[in-house]
Parts: sequence; C-alpha cells; structure tokens
Amino acid sequence: MARRLLSTRSLGAALAAALSVAVLPASADTSDKRIALSNNYAGNSWRQAMLTSWETVTGPAVEAGIVAAADAFTTAENSATEQAAQIQNLILQGYDAIVLNAASPTALNGAVREACDAGVTVVSFDGIVTEPCAWRIAVDFREMGRVQVEYLADRLPEGGNLLEIRGLAGVFVDDEISAGIHAGVEQYPQFTIVGSVHGDWAQDVAQRAVAGILPSLPEIVGVVTQGGDGYGAAQAFQAAGRPMPIIIMGNRQDELLWWKEQKDASGYETMSVSIAPGVSTLAFWVAQQILDGREVPKDLVVPFLTITQDTLEANLETTPVGGVANVEYTLEDAVAVIEDAG
Amino acid sequence: MRPTADLIRLAVPFLALGALLAGVFWLQPRAMSYTGLNLLFNLAVPIALATLAQMFVIAVNDLDLSMGAFVSFAACVTATFLHDTPLLGALILFAAVAGYALLGVIIHLRGLPAIVVTLGMSFVWLGLAVMILPAPGGAAPGWLRALMTVRPPLLPMALAASILIALAAHLIMARSSLGVLIRGVGGNERSVARAGWSVLGAKAAAYALAGLFGVLAGMALVGLTTSADANIALRYTLLSIAGVILGGGEFVGGRVSAVGAVVGALTLTLAGSFLSFLRLSPDWQIGAQGAILILVLALRLGLDALERRGVRA
Repeated sequence: MARRLLSTRSLGAALAAALSVAVLPASADTSDKRIALSNNYAGNSWRQAMLTSWETVTGPAVEAGIVAAADAFTTAENSATEQAAQIQNLILQGYDAIVLNAASPTALNGAVREACDAGVTVVSFDGIVTEPCAWRIAVDFREMGRVQVEYLADRLPEGGNLLEIRGLAGVFVDDEISAGIHAGVEQYPQFTIVGSVHGDWAQDVAQRAVAGILPSLPEIVGVVTQGGDGYGAAQAFQAAGRPMPIIIMGNRQDELLWWKEQKDASGYETMSVSIAPGVSTLAFWVAQQILDGREVPKDLVVPFLTITQDTLEANLETTPVGGVANVEYTLEDAVAVIEDAG
Repeated sequence: MRPTADLIRLAVPFLALGALLAGVFWLQPRAMSYTGLNLLFNLAVPIALATLAQMFVIAVNDLDLSMGAFVSFAACVTATFLHDTPLLGALILFAAVAGYALLGVIIHLRGLPAIVVTLGMSFVWLGLAVMILPAPGGAAPGWLRALMTVRPPLLPMALAASILIALAAHLIMARSSLGVLIRGVGGNERSVARAGWSVLGAKAAAYALAGLFGVLAGMALVGLTTSADANIALRYTLLSIAGVILGGGEFVGGRVSAVGAVVGALTLTLAGSFLSFLRLSPDWQIGAQGAILILVLALRLGLDALERRGVRA
C-alpha cells in the first residue's frame, strides 16, 4: 500500500515536472494556488456533466500537485445576487482564481470587480461576464449555426429546401444560432429555408412542431437544428412517411443513438455540433495558465464538439444514457486555444 | 430593572446575528477585517432597504408580493434612464413611488386583498423591467457607484450604510407622528379612524414609503453590481418578508421594528455566507437556511412565552 502511494505520488511529481518543463515555460509555480468553480445552476444534464468533468479533471491535477485545490461551488438558487454573494465569499476564502459560469452577463460585474481588486483571477466561461478585468471563454453560437449550412453545402452541392428548428423564443442563444444559420444560407444561396418552428431544445416539443408544419412543406433536403431537437424531428419525418432529410444532430444520447441505428441500417450520414460540458475543464486549465504567469488574451473561444460519421461510435460509447456527449480538455488543449486567440 | 418586552424582541435578532458572525469569524478569520466585513455585508444593503420597504407594508397589516419585481424594475430604470438621462430617470422613479402610494389608496378604498393586488403588480413591474432592459446590461451612474464603493474611515461602507438606514427608518417609524399613525392603523384601524385620523392617508403614506425604500434598494443594488438584469432581485420578495419577521416584526398588529428589520436582513445574508464557509452541499443549503430561520423564530417564541409567564406571575 505504502509503495503504491509512493509510486502514485512520484508519478504525480514526474507528471507535474514534465508538464512544467515540456509544455510551458514555467515562469511561476502554481502548486500552492487554489482555484474555485462558481456555478449558478446544476439542474440539467449539461450542468451535471459539467460538474462531473470538473471533478474528473481537477482531482488528478490536485493530486499531481499542479494546483493546491480546485473546489466546486454551486449556489443554492439560480440568482445573480446569490452568485455575487458567493463570489465575495470565495474572495474571503482566499482563492487565487475563480472559474465562473455566470447567472447574468452583467449583474455580477460588481462582485467580479471586487475579486479583481483583491488580486483574484476571474475566468468566465459559457455564461460569461462583461467586466473587462475578467477573462471570457465564450461560445460562438453564430458560427455554430453557420457550420451546419456549410456542412450541408458540402454534402448537397445542388442545394434545396431546409427546415429550421429553433430553440426557446426570446432567448439570446436562440437568436444567435438562428442568425448564424441565416448567414450560412446567404453564403450558400442554393439553400432556401422554407419553414421555421420552435422546438425549445426538447425532443417532444420539436416532434410536435415539425409534425405540425410538415404537411405544408415541399420536399426537405436538410434540417438545421440547435441541439436536443434532432431526434424529435426524425420521429416526425418518419411518422409522416416522408423521405429522411439530413438532420443535423445535437449532443444528446438519444440523438446519437438514432443516428447510429440509421447508419447501421441504411448508411445514413450526418454530423453533430455542440458545446461539450467539459468546457469547465478548459476554463480550469486557462485559469491555471494565467496563474502560471502566461500572457492570455482576455477573449477566448470555446471549440465546438463536432461528431462526424467516423467518430460517432466512439462518442456514443462514452455518452451515458439520457446524458450528453462530452469531452474533457487537457492542458495542451487549453494552450492550443490560447495560442489560437493570441 | 426588568427588560421590557420590546427590548427582548429586539435582542433576539442581535443575538442571532452575533452568533452567526462568531461562526463566520471562526471558520474564516480573514473575514475579520475592514475589507472582509465589507465583502460579507455589502450585498445586504439593498436587501436591508427592501426589507424596510416590506416593513412599511407589513406595518399596516398588508403583504407585498411584488417587492422583488419592483426592486428589479427600479434597478433597470437606474441602470438605463438614470444613467443616460438623469432627469427623466428621477422622474420615472418618482412616478413609481407615486404609483405605490396609489396602490395603497386603491387597496384601501376597494377593500382589496393586498396579496392579490401586489402579486398582480409583480407581473406588471417585471414586464416593465423586461421592456426597459430586454437583455441584461445598462450601467450604474458614476455617483452611485462611487457612493456604494466609498471607503469611509473606521467602519466599512456596508455597516455604516446599514446603521444609517436603520436609524432613518427608526426615526420615521418610532419617532414621527406619521410612524405612530401607520403602526396605529396596523394595530387597530377602526380606533384610528374614530380618533379622527385619515386611515386612507396613513395607508397611502405607508405604501409610498415602501415604494421609496424599494427604489433605494434598486439603486443600491445597481451601485454594487454596476449593471442590471430584469430578474436581478426576484429573490427579494421572500427575503424581505423573512427579514421583517426575523427582525421581530409580526404579520398583524402593526408590531414592526426598523432596527430589527435591518438586523434581520443582515442575518439572512450572513446565514448564506456561513453555510458556504461550512462547505455545505448546495442541495442542503436552502434547507439549512430554513433551519436557521426556524431556530431564530423558535427562540423568539420561547422568549415570548417566558415573558408572558413573567407578566402573569
């Protein structure tokens, strides 16, 4: 037992040494630094996966002595004022960096400012904050919409009619992805969006909405989506007995499973684009890099989790039933993202 | 000299606050400093103001379920109009206070249940807030930001502000004839009317004061957060009610205490920090917060019972 303990520890030390020597020009040591995750909500599968990924990646990092602590805090209620209080508490607890998924892009700015003034590094991701002293790892939702049309243009050079499934009306993310899709259609004018429904990012809503609009539509060659709605759309097409278009999938397990079944049965081909909940681990490494003294630009972009025909099986295998596809980031990934932005 | 009933009533919230503060200091000695105290308490300032606003309504035996939405609305106006066009912003906030007074008048004249009216109004305030600020944003007026981040000597801003607003509200409620009248309406409306006072005026004044303190809460909040969000203060509805009761107030009878309400608001804020320092899982935090509330109320009921026995003896 003692020997095993020793060997893991020496392995950890070797790992830490290798990391600091090989990958980064270690200008400062982060082994005594403490990083906290401030999270405002844990009530859906994406956020659950986000917290699990944080544990999976930061646990070994702490053991290896890369950082002294990496604790996750979730507010009891999803509210900006409560999260502001939480951030102020984290300052008092003496954390060196706070990794933040914010309840509001602006209402936490005061607390974030307090943190910066106290010398705490703040890295926001997914739900980002606008306070200039914080780092932002943002999702480019527009691009997420545009790449879907780009993929379809690659698959269907002659173009055709598209059906758009949108998210929840009035939400920023929905507007952004939709704007990206429309920008994509402008870029590839061989496509026309002939119908648009709100699927609320839920299978059942999407299925009902698509079933309702289908009879009024001409032949559809592709369905552009926002994630969470692909399976429902497929069900609606199947029930209506219409030829199956290329439906862009999201990251849910049922979407990937349906895709896999179709692929095995008829060689159905599509792609999936989403944001991996493991982006919390990317934010962790970025915070670690900043603490290490690395020059990091304030605005970074989250890479998409793209699943293709070839990577489908591997991704489906690691996705729990009822969960979402995920990827955990490494220090190298973080360095790559930082270098891309710089 | 035996302590009076009111003194005991006031002692409980102070005891609860002291106990929690001791716990926080023990868990996190870093909090025992000028900056530490400010970080612990600065978000309690808007909550204290909202609690006082709620107190004026509770004093006349009503309950305001729109407080959170109203503070959010005031915050949105502060971050937009008051910042861009100060005169128009001030006018809107003034109109909001007048609107609150009007609510009091309508509730009294038509004999409507305040809970229903204010619940309805909460959607109106929230709707207006979303119209003003469809996406989170806006900016705090410079003077307001400066006021909320000022570093006075000796006492941190959060505590100095709490003492000042508690004192101001105490003067209104306990030392002015208007305060006596408002509490009288809560205690026995009919006898106040028979004595020749205008119950309508008292209710309108109580609601106007609630509106005024609600507006101040929204402004203080924006001064701290630097910008607003239509949903920023929705929690304040329940927090403000809990704060009043925790501070020794009662739902009926005009028995409220301004100093107690402020201490109650500070206690509620501190309870959250205490639980977070304890590293309690968030799943348990809401329950634990409730447990602290029940504990304090049980303490008060126990003291009340003792006091009654003392009177009988």
